[in-house]
Amino acid sequence: MMLKYLLEKEFKQMLRNRFMSKLLIALPLMTIVVFPYVTNQEVNDVKLSIVDLDHSPASSRLTQKAASTDYFRLTDVSPTYPDALKRIEAGDVDLVLEIPPDFEHDLQNEGTASVRIAANSVNGTQGSLGAQYLASLVNDYSREWREENGAASLAMPEVPTFDTHVRYRFNPMLDYKVFMVPGLIVVLLTLLGGALTALNIVGEKEAGTIEQINVSPIPKHLFILSKLIPNWIIGLIALTFGMTFGWAVHGIVPEGSLGLIFFFSMIYIWAVTGAGMVISNYSDTMQQAMFVLFFFLIMLLLTSGLFTPVDSMPLWMQRLTILNPIRYQAEVMRLIYLKGSSFGELLPYFFWLCGFAVVFNTWAVMSYRKSL
Amino acid sequence: MNEKVIETKDLTKRFGNFTAVDRITFDVARGEIFGFLGANGAGKTTAMRMLCGLSCPTSGTGYVAGFDISTQPEAVKRSIGYMSQKFSLYEDLKVWENLRLFGGIYGMDDREIARKSDEMLAELGFEAERDTFVRALPLGWKQKLAFSVSIFHEPKVVFLDEPTGGVDPITRRQFWELIYRASDRGITVFVTTHYMDEAEYCDRVSIMVDGQIRALDSPARLRAQFRAETMDDVFQQLARQSTRRSD
Repeated sequence: MMLKYLLEKEFKQMLRNRFMSKLLIALPLMTIVVFPYVTNQEVNDVKLSIVDLDHSPASSRLTQKAASTDYFRLTDVSPTYPDALKRIEAGDVDLVLEIPPDFEHDLQNEGTASVRIAANSVNGTQGSLGAQYLASLVNDYSREWREENGAASLAMPEVPTFDTHVRYRFNPMLDYKVFMVPGLIVVLLTLLGGALTALNIVGEKEAGTIEQINVSPIPKHLFILSKLIPNWIIGLIALTFGMTFGWAVHGIVPEGSLGLIFFFSMIYIWAVTGAGMVISNYSDTMQQAMFVLFFFLIMLLLTSGLFTPVDSMPLWMQRLTILNPIRYQAEVMRLIYLKGSSFGELLPYFFWLCGFAVVFNTWAVMSYRKSL
Repeated sequence: MNEKVIETKDLTKRFGNFTAVDRITFDVARGEIFGFLGANGAGKTTAMRMLCGLSCPTSGTGYVAGFDISTQPEAVKRSIGYMSQKFSLYEDLKVWENLRLFGGIYGMDDREIARKSDEMLAELGFEAERDTFVRALPLGWKQKLAFSVSIFHEPKVVFLDEPTGGVDPITRRQFWELIYRASDRGITVFVTTHYMDEAEYCDRVSIMVDGQIRALDSPARLRAQFRAETMDDVFQQLARQSTRRSD
């Protein structure tokens, strides 16, 4: 009965808060429409400088081959390797390919030749991926060369070569957006569910209205429930917006069941709103709550596997991520979206998320003090 | 006196080494207007928060409306009203919505709330402000509304923490009329104030210095006891004994 009046109050306050309704539209728009382009880690348009010291048909063919791919843009042909390095330092060039003076000669007579690749690794991903692409391009070239001039030109032992054909399951085009959108929906749930909850009770502390609540006979679990329920609804609205934008803008629809997505998201929202409430209970001011929130959000988002795979983290950090709720939901979303996983396959995730929800919400009720 | 609504014995609150409230013993009878005076930092608010069940006593006992404040704070809360120093109605709710919320919190149903709201708004002369957002009201009106909300559920005791701070003399006068009316209905009023003219309006007055109650009696008898013309003189004489730095 009491809950009815409390909920009425929360919803009136929420609907009157103009900032809130704007946030509810703007955040999903930014996160789902804009971010997938921004967080793209595909490497293309790498600026390449070629130092051709050989000036032979073989070297100019390699140059052309490199220049004709989409990955590289031939921006510079430097006379010497030190000149090219200067261009890297100036930031005009990301990669340098140096073809030594005896390139063609070595290829014809010895069957092998070496080239030098230098990468600007200030941007680590671009540096390493660019160098890898370039190396595989050079390999390609050498295979072509051998096929044409082959065993015919010299008595070279047959080199066994492997052709590897990779099929990317579940995301055949390796489209980064297909991978990011489900993850970004989790970010959305976390921000709108957890972050907003954390600020709510602190807001009442700052306004002084919390005193009037604490001096009343409201059982604290009812008061907390009245704070959580509106945030659950906000979370579900955010989820709906996020999925709709993902479909409308990027054409990304889940492989698996919609019901399952909502089911898991609901449990996840329970967990994050509970966690937000805990932060709220321990903070005296909005500012304090914000800082604590930032600290945890940044730490948990970066270690959640949303942006960098958990498997490539140091082992100790991988172990720590079992305590990161965002990680579970991120994986659940990707599994349902990309792989179409069923509830049975997601059972461990279900138990973990339920565990977080129970722990955080119990903690929230325990840590709320009506009397000091 | 008849029925005791507030009774304390050696009630004490310590924060670390600092004794905010030092063994205070007093009682308040039903329907009484009890003035709780003291300089800033004398421990008034801390004592009041203990009596409201917001803060747990370090030692000593206290009963409010028959409930033990240490062991039954939630039962105490059902029987009291409280108006804090800091204005604490919801500014983003309308006048009637605040009444409805607090009525609901104290277990009143829709019909009762509607009836009581009409009655109260009529008494305050606020009928036209029913749909006004609380943040749009002038301070004096807000204070009167906050008081009315604190007694909306007809509590046995109402605690008022400096209810007339920053309010003009006319509004203060009107505010005290509301207090008298509540007291006539049998609601015990426990009020802190810095205005000595208001102290004269009380049935009995206690004066706290450094966490202790140094004087407790009716204003007339206190004036006689301290050979003072006014309550202000009485207060000055006592407050100067303070060794505590005021905040």
